[in-house]
Formats: sequence, C-alpha cells, structure tokens
Amino acid sequence: MTVLADPALAADARRERRFFLSLSLPALFIVGLAAILPILWIIRQSFLTTGGEYTVGNYEKVLSSGLTWSALVTTVELSFGTLAFCILLGTPLALALASARPRVANLLMAFVMLPLWTSILVRTYGWLVLLRREGLINAALTGSGLTAEPLPLVYNFTGTLIGMVHYMLPLFLLPVYAAMRDIDANLVRASASMGATLGQTIRTVILPLSTGGIFSGSLIVFIYTIGFFITPAVLGGGKVNPLSIRIERTLSTFQDWGSASVLGILLLVLMALIGVMFLAARRLMARNKFGTAHA
Amino acid sequence: MMKSLPITIDSVRKAYGSYVALDDVSLDIQAGEFLTLLGPSGSGKTTLLMALAGFVRPDRGKLLLGDRDITRLAPNKRDIGIVFQNYALFPHMNVLANVEYPLALRKTPKAEARRRALDALARVKLDGLAERDIAALSGGQRQRVALARAIVFEPRVMLMDEPLSALDKNLRETMQYEIRRLHDDLGITTIYVTHDQREALIMSDRVAVMNSGRIQQIDTPQQIYDRPSTRFVAEFMGEANIVAPGAARRIDGADASRETLMIRAESFHLDAKIVGRDGVALEGTLRAKAFRGENWLLTLALDAGQEILVCIPAALASGCAELATGQRVTAYAPAAKVHAIPGAVA
Repeated sequence: MTVLADPALAADARRERRFFLSLSLPALFIVGLAAILPILWIIRQSFLTTGGEYTVGNYEKVLSSGLTWSALVTTVELSFGTLAFCILLGTPLALALASARPRVANLLMAFVMLPLWTSILVRTYGWLVLLRREGLINAALTGSGLTAEPLPLVYNFTGTLIGMVHYMLPLFLLPVYAAMRDIDANLVRASASMGATLGQTIRTVILPLSTGGIFSGSLIVFIYTIGFFITPAVLGGGKVNPLSIRIERTLSTFQDWGSASVLGILLLVLMALIGVMFLAARRLMARNKFGTAHA
Repeated sequence: MMKSLPITIDSVRKAYGSYVALDDVSLDIQAGEFLTLLGPSGSGKTTLLMALAGFVRPDRGKLLLGDRDITRLAPNKRDIGIVFQNYALFPHMNVLANVEYPLALRKTPKAEARRRALDALARVKLDGLAERDIAALSGGQRQRVALARAIVFEPRVMLMDEPLSALDKNLRETMQYEIRRLHDDLGITTIYVTHDQREALIMSDRVAVMNSGRIQQIDTPQQIYDRPSTRFVAEFMGEANIVAPGAARRIDGADASRETLMIRAESFHLDAKIVGRDGVALEGTLRAKAFRGENWLLTLALDAGQEILVCIPAALASGCAELATGQRVTAYAPAAKVHAIPGAVA
C-alpha cells in the first residue's frame, strides 16, 4: 500500500535521483562517441564496395576464404590456451597470496603488478631476448647439455602463448585474489575443525567460494586475448595469425576496408558468443550450488 | 550419550611481540563439564580457545585431551566441535549440506550421514529447514545450524566462541538455556567463551574469569559472584561496591572490619531490621536516584568521599520515590553479603 506523498518532497527526491544519474553523462558521451559510433560505422563499411556502393560481396569474400577460418581457429586456440594457463598458474598463486601475511602478500603483489606498469612492447621484446634460438633460455639448455639442439620457443604458437600468459596473468589474478581474500577465515577454520585436510578445504570451501572471481578473471582474459595484436605480431613470427592480425594485414596490404570491417564484425560476434557462453555457465553453476558436501 | 574427555591446560604461554596474550595459563576441565572463560576483550579468552582448537600455536606449555598430548596435533585431527562467533556456515551449501559436511569428510555412508544430520537438526529444533539456503535463515536459526554441525560428528569436546553475541537479548536468553540443555543431553565437555557475566553465571558449572592473559579466579558461578578473590573479579561480575577499610560500621557497634569490603549494590536494604545486628551500615548523602523498572538505583556519597551504588528492588522500595537528592540516607547490608577481598587495597 502506498500512502500519498507530499508532491514537493517527491519532487525533491526525483531531482536528487536525476542529479546522480546526470553524473554518468560525460562517460556515456565518450563511450557513445568512441565505441558505439565506430561500431556503427564499421557495420556500414562492411556493406560498401571501395567505390561506395551497397554490396554483400565483402561477406562472401571473407567468409569463403580459408584464411579467415584458420584465423578464427587460431584466435580461439590462443584465447582458450591463454585462459587455461592463467587458471592453472593463477589460481594457486592467488591462493598463496590470499593466505600470506599482509606484508608478504603486498610484496608479492608488487612483483605481480610490476609487469603491468611496463610497456607491452618492452615486455614482448624482452621475451624475444629470452626465447630466441641464441637467447638466454636456449643457451642455458644447450650449455648444460639438457637439450642437444635449441628448442623452437619463439616465432611460433608456443612463444605467442608464453607472451600472452605473461601479460594476462595479473589481470586474471586480481579478481581471483580479491574473491579469495574475502573468504571468511573462520570458514577455513571451521572446515579444518570438522576434520578437513587442507586439500579438502581448498576443494570444498575455497574454490567453490572463489568461482565468482575465477569467472570475472576468465572473462577479462578472454576480452583481452580475443583481439590481442602486439604479442602474436612480435612473437608469432608471421606463423600465428589470429583475426587481429588478419584485420591489420587486410588494411595495411590491401587497403580493403570492407573486408577488414567484416573481420571486425566476426571478432565482435565471437566475443558476444563467448560472453553468452560464460554467462550461461555462470547461471548453471549458481543453480547447482546446493550440492551435498562432496568431500 | 557420547564419551567425553577431560582437558588439561598446562602453563600455556602465547605472546605476540611484547604483548602477552596468555601468561602461563593452567586449567583443568573435567569430563562433561560446562566451563566458561569470562573476561573483557583482550583478556586472552579467545586466544586460549583457539589454542585448544589448534589455530593458535602456543609458545610453550601443554594441552592434553584426556591423556593425549594435542599441543602439536593439527586442528583437523583434534576431533573438537567448534561454534564460531559469526557461525562460519558455508554459504554455498544449504542447511543439510552444512550439517552433513563433517560426516562426508569422514566417509560416512550417505544414508547414515543423512539420518544423523536430520537427527542433529531435530535436536536443535530445526526439523523442516534442511533444504533451506543459509542466506534465508535468521540469526537464531543460523546459530542452531552451527550447533547441529558441531555436534553431528560426536566430538569429544565442544568449544564455543561468543556464539550468542550477535543475537538480540530475548533470543540470546532462549539460546542460553538451549545450549545448556544440549550440553546436559549430550554430556559433552564444553568450553564456552563470553564477555557477558550474566551469561556465564546462567550457563556454567564453573567460570574462569580472565584478565590480561591470566586466570583471575576459577570457581562456581555463585562463589565467583559472592566471593570474588580480586577486585577485578568483583567489579567485572556486577555492580560491586569496593568499600575502603573503616568506611562501614557494624550495626551492633562492634569493631568494623579492617579489610577492604565488597558489597553488591543489590545486597543493601534501607531498613536496618531486615539486615540483622551483625550487618554493616553505610551512611551518606543521596547524589542521584534512578528508577530502572524492577529496581531503584541510588547513588550515595559516603562521608569519606567515596560513592556507592545501592539497588533496592521496586517491591521493597516504598519511599524511594520520595527521597530527594541531598538527603541523608543509610544503607544496610547483612553480614553474609559482606565479603572481604583478600589482599585488596581500595
């Protein structure tokens, strides 16, 4: 039941709400200008010939090309590969950070964050120095006799993956670390007091309560990797060609704005598909959260 | 009834830097006893409880469960049930899954685990809520789930860390009786931590009053209340008046005690005839009076300058309403309620 409100007071409340909403206008303006307009422009461009007439030829050309589909496969492989390594390396690291004493955790965190403050180009070329045939790692491997021949660590998928994981790990780590740090220490104690080993506590309490963070981290990694350019360009040596590189090549070599726009839209659709997949998976896990206590 | 065990705490010390949380604490708890650690925050009571649970490693000393030394035993091998202050229920499991959790860890067959979990829930009067989400429970219901989860695996000892502090007053009082009843049904050795002296008095077989990392006194609730061994215990346990030597006179004119006296505010009467000739009298000026529903609280300034609190039950307080501040008032206390604090200087 609603009681009739004093119109003057109701107007005050409305004015207050409107003021706070208006604070979002500058940001909305920039997002509209810098994101939505270009996307609309790209969609328009994808239906135009170089002469400026309407066509669906760009779509026919791009979608029938084997290069497009191999780029799509490379993009997906690179994204899932990077994500897999981020989860495998990042989750234990986040747990270590979250359970360390605050001083130690801050110090470790600084080490994790340091790469984020370094230019991506510097870091990528840094990997080149380490990974190439005459690089530090191969020199150590052959020098110590562990391998007879230098390993092909760079200018291929392996090198690209190493560079990508290195870049993405902190981005994955942050939300996972935040989720784990927010877990009440008494839950961990309660679990131990009831007889759980550390492994059982991690499996039954810590990981289930960190899924939110792991999902956020995974989504961030995906959004970044799916259109990532510099690392595959430098460390892939021309052999690793995801969609981002195909787009750049289509533009710089052929000045074909129409085809490049189609590729861009393809990337957008891929991102949306994976985003929906993530949300669906999330929903599903939330619904199944009341399992019994599997120990 | 499950077999419970005695606990021995032998000269346990724990320091954090220069701060001594536990200062050589020794304590024997009998099998099946309900013992309360009572003290202000920072007195070491929770540290002691966490040391028993295995989450705080003592610097030295010994902890025995029965005749087994558990000082270095991992927390998950101690077989101790714990109820935490914030309940520590798993938010990603429903009520039943929370209570089945310790049984699942022990690889109890599913059907038996289910039966025992439902039994435990029935014991804490939560039948019918097994499938409920933790977030959908009230504070009191969460408290009961935490209790059910702590007893379901039949631990030898139960530790409770201020389990009722988050509940409102009425619910707290109900739960006090229920926890005590649960203890009496199961006969499980229980160590209960609280800073609420009434709760300690109501629930415990014995109370250990702690301050600054030491046990000040350990005794039955009645002894702790009526015969405190230190001034700290006297004042912590209720409205205590610490009366300097010589400030009180004997009603019969005999020589007054040369010791520091402790007289509870509610031990006083305004009528000398009720008290008996061997009681004491304290005379002073009325400074303030307050009606508190079940009683009147009078503040008297004694001639020596000290202020005392006098609490008169409303049923016996005819005349209190007419008292005016500045008026001379004499308060009488029976000899049985006057306690000399050994070695104390007021």
